[in-house]
Amino acid sequence: MLEILDLSVSYGAVRALRSVSFEARPGSITAVLGANGAGKTTLLRTISGLVRPRTGSVHFKGEELLGRKVETIARQGVAHVPEGRGIIEELTVEENLRLATLWCLKRRERQSAIEEILELFPRLKGFRHRHASTLSGGERQMLVLGRALISRPRLLLLDEPSLGLAPLVTAQLMGLLRAHATGTDMTVVLVEQNARSALSVSQHAVVLNLGEVVVSSSAAEVAADEDLRHHYLGF
Amino acid sequence: MSLFLNYTLNGIANGMIYSALALALVLIFRATKIINFAQGAAGMMTTFIASSLLAHGVSYWWAFVLVLAIGFAFGAMTERIFIRPLQGKSELNPVIVTIGLLVVLEGVAGAIYGNASRGFPAAYSQSGLTFGHSRIAFSHFDVFILVAVLVLMIAILILFRATTLGLRMRASAFAGEISRLLGVRVGILLTLGWGLAGIAGSLAGLLVAPTSSFGPYYMDLVLVYAFTGAVIGGLESPVGALIGGLVTGLCISYVGGYLGSGLEPLGALVLLMVALMARPEGLFSRPAARRV
Amino acid sequence: MLRHLLIASFGAGIMYLVTSNISLFDNYQVGQIASFVVVLAGLSVLTGVNGQISLGHGAFMAVGAYTTALLMNHTQWNFVLELASAVGVAGVAGLLIGIPATRLKGPYLAGMTLLFALALPPIADKWPNTFGGDQGLTMTTPNAPGSLSPQEWLAWIQIGGALIVLVLLANLLRSRYGRTLRAVRDDEIAASLAGINVARTKVLAFVISAGCAGLAGAFLGLSTGVVNTGAFPLTLSIQLLAAMVLGGTGSLIGMVWGAILLVYLPQWSTSLSGHFNLGSGVSAYLATIIFGAVLIVAMIAAPHGVQGGLRWAWRRLPGSGSGVGGPAPGAPGAPIPVLTDE
Repeated sequence: MLEILDLSVSYGAVRALRSVSFEARPGSITAVLGANGAGKTTLLRTISGLVRPRTGSVHFKGEELLGRKVETIARQGVAHVPEGRGIIEELTVEENLRLATLWCLKRRERQSAIEEILELFPRLKGFRHRHASTLSGGERQMLVLGRALISRPRLLLLDEPSLGLAPLVTAQLMGLLRAHATGTDMTVVLVEQNARSALSVSQHAVVLNLGEVVVSSSAAEVAADEDLRHHYLGF
Repeated sequence: MSLFLNYTLNGIANGMIYSALALALVLIFRATKIINFAQGAAGMMTTFIASSLLAHGVSYWWAFVLVLAIGFAFGAMTERIFIRPLQGKSELNPVIVTIGLLVVLEGVAGAIYGNASRGFPAAYSQSGLTFGHSRIAFSHFDVFILVAVLVLMIAILILFRATTLGLRMRASAFAGEISRLLGVRVGILLTLGWGLAGIAGSLAGLLVAPTSSFGPYYMDLVLVYAFTGAVIGGLESPVGALIGGLVTGLCISYVGGYLGSGLEPLGALVLLMVALMARPEGLFSRPAARRV
Repeated sequence: MLRHLLIASFGAGIMYLVTSNISLFDNYQVGQIASFVVVLAGLSVLTGVNGQISLGHGAFMAVGAYTTALLMNHTQWNFVLELASAVGVAGVAGLLIGIPATRLKGPYLAGMTLLFALALPPIADKWPNTFGGDQGLTMTTPNAPGSLSPQEWLAWIQIGGALIVLVLLANLLRSRYGRTLRAVRDDEIAASLAGINVARTKVLAFVISAGCAGLAGAFLGLSTGVVNTGAFPLTLSIQLLAAMVLGGTGSLIGMVWGAILLVYLPQWSTSLSGHFNLGSGVSAYLATIIFGAVLIVAMIAAPHGVQGGLRWAWRRLPGSGSGVGGPAPGAPGAPIPVLTDE
């Protein structure tokens, strides 16, 4: 269970997040929605430790995440797939995957974990020894998702995974996400500008505007609220 | 003809030493995007320590190994103490810190060891090898230089390509933030990178000492030659460092031989200028798009 | 311009009082301080205002010194012309380095200028007949006018030179060209989009600062009476950098602090090492160590040097205008001090 309490973040004089509070439950997907500049990326970067907040707390499975080093938070089972995907271009596809296993899997287990992920994303099999820079946008997204899943995270933070992807690929991705989240105890926080597709797979939704939480309720309710959709989500 | 051969062999031997120091520069640049101008002086310092050890009766090979280890420790400590506090601020400040370290090291060495000229023994005979009736300008010691540097390079390449530690180090160097998100302890790996560079720097210092004036400033020229080599090679790969160092060594040897000694640094300057103007990113790096 | 001249005249007046009332040896040192102010001011413009680092300014000083020395020994040229030649030839050297420098970013530029500093002295050693070898070339100051003692006259040449250079540079920095220099430093791409010829600006900055260094080199040659390669080692270039950083990168008046450090530190460290009975060999190196330490500490704790510190303290005083004042020197986001007319 992820509990965000009264989180405030500033970049110099700019208030990116103002007293943000919400919960994300395990076994479900929580969508974080809102226009550009609403603070969605800042929220994820604060949870994973890349950004230090002014005030507030981030509780995950009873532990406070704030103030810890990024790599320590990652080793708690927090997988953050950042904006722009973050593949390491100079490494091969397989090296990208292997890198994520180093802290959590024993040497013997690593190869089979890599094979498992490649089964999940068969497109990547042919590229396994090629530099990640040769991948297309959709393939890159598969790689980073695979890299996030390979460590069996407890908390998965996704920043705009559908950015730049064709609708069909986005749909496949979202389907995969839902399959992985429900029925496990993984908590997923999904930041998206494409609110429609996000709402179709999420159970819960949080809408941000200018750093503040406007609404935090079930995805169905948010999807049904036409005013809300027009005003903050653009559809 | 034999003059050309001798200059070439001389250039290769020296070039290998420049490659070793260039490797140190490349390792540090890859990890932390800094040129460590103090690397040569650090090698000088560890060689002075070796000299002290030898004077106290330690055998050559023990001193050799010990001093490589000290070089590792020096490098690691330098990163932790002087460079870590500056991460994230301007990219020029850490460079200036290394320049400060350069003079401090030279000053300390001068203060402790003084100006008296001293020699440093070579591990092997420095007279030229003989093939049949002719003697070439390549001695047993030069063979040792070649072997030692190649062993170092190969060890580093194996480390990077075939071990998980190497994978972590490469990832940390290429994408520090992403690696941290994947649970990689980037900080320690950067320190390790500086430590490895320290080993390469110490080796270079030990290999140069027998043929040089061996005072506090004896590594100054070696450093700038290594810098030239590293730049030519692209500052990104050990292989680039090797080739860049050899090119620089050969170039300088020809300049010194055909144009007269004393003009080598000028030759290196011209070489550096040409390399920087032709391709500032070096010959072995991928061109990076300019972000407007 | 007028303001700068007034300040300069005021400064000249004070210096006159100082030089006529202190010992001859102190005159000698004051003159040296003035010379170092000249080279440091040029370096400060290059690095602080235009953003290009140089580890080779000792070599530019050598170029100026040798030029004047050669002219003095082989021709009968007018003294002022000889000094102007120092500026000119050093300026040409600045051109040769400045052109490739336009394509280089900080660390690469540092490396290239470092190599330049090491490459130049051996050239003089290679032709000892022309350049005087170890002994070097002698330089003689023209006779002092009137009843002025030679030491005071020498000090005055240097002080006068320093004042002139400071006024010229101060005017330059206040002019449109000064803004161009800063614009190029802050964002080359934006500057070129605004129509500035970035390469030309950078080269010109190098030429100007090299010319200043050349003049300072000639002055110092006059001061010591002799010019040889031993006077311009790599450590000199690095000490210039340290002095500039300490004085306040980008400031002009701050360079006085740096120059004072350059001239007095060797003395202080000698007495320091004597105090601790460290032996004569150590004292020569102690000064170098301290300069290196200055660089390290300054970069970590106070990149804006003494002048930056003073400016920061000034802003903190109650009722001094800007109220809250900027961030502390060295803090991220603290503005690099641009030229002031202090």
